[in-house]
Amino acid sequence: MMSGVATGLPMIAHEAESPDFYVHMLCPLKFFGTTVYITTTHVCTLIVFVTILCIAIAGRRSVLKHKDSPTKFGAGVELAIDVLLKFVNGTMGKAAKHYINYVGALFAFVFFSNISGLFMLRPPTADYGTTLCIALISFVMIQYAAIRYQKLGYLKGMFEPIFFFFPINVVSELAVPVSLSLRLFGNVLAGTVMMALYYGMLPIFAKIGVPSALHVYFDLFSGAIQTYVFCMLTMTFVTDKRNVEA
Amino acid sequence: MIDNQGLISACSAIGAGLAVIAGIGPGIGQGIAAGYGASAVGRNPGAKGDIMSTMLLGQAVAETTGLYGLVVALLLMFVKPFKA
Repeated sequence: MMSGVATGLPMIAHEAESPDFYVHMLCPLKFFGTTVYITTTHVCTLIVFVTILCIAIAGRRSVLKHKDSPTKFGAGVELAIDVLLKFVNGTMGKAAKHYINYVGALFAFVFFSNISGLFMLRPPTADYGTTLCIALISFVMIQYAAIRYQKLGYLKGMFEPIFFFFPINVVSELAVPVSLSLRLFGNVLAGTVMMALYYGMLPIFAKIGVPSALHVYFDLFSGAIQTYVFCMLTMTFVTDKRNVEA
Repeated sequence: MIDNQGLISACSAIGAGLAVIAGIGPGIGQGIAAGYGASAVGRNPGAKGDIMSTMLLGQAVAETTGLYGLVVALLLMFVKPFKA
């Protein structure tokens, strides 16, 4: 069971009557001698990707086709791009133009993943595999920015204020992806578990109307806040590493 | 007579309950952040947007320790890492 924890917490159902918030294994694959599974996370991630792709293509068409008199959808797309530009520029300043594509893509993916619980999917971000991957991408970007812009000063900064603080500084760097990924994972998983408990444990008359309020809080509000926080922290860390004059 | 597996399940449930006590700290921290945010908006209503985003960021960071407790509790309850 410990190996299950290491490969992304695929909580497998033990009893049939327990509430259903587990990752289900759909189809086994032989992969270099070990058996891996296509899980619901993969399917939901694919659905999220296709949705984002459709919206992006439709937005591009709409903006390019009606340049003079934008449609409502086209105006919405332009407004979203404006908000994104302002958001990234306000946080990163001069460095914004190098990172806006990554932050935009990250924002879209995490946001659509978080709200996919509204559409009967199991959110891909409620699987530790997904959040660890995107946190590791951010971690590599942060470290790259640190090494490129501080050069030897970064190594020197590891030994400050005194040389035996080196292990503590290394741990504090490594804690960044862990806390980024666990924050997103914990929030989304908590929402998923709460909704599953609500749907699974109450009689039928309690499931009319009331869950919509819970969905608004757990899926929309919490999902949007966590998306904002994830992108904001990534940008703050990168800007922090770039700007130190040491 | 209670068997080994039953004892482990019972102790896991107690441990999960103890683990979510970690929620106290973030609760207090988020409340303090929200209180100072409200007083800042009262003093300077024009800067509401900036205050709001800073406050939410700080609250989300403070929430992390509570979520560690939640993850430990969920592991104990549903993944069941300990076997007889």
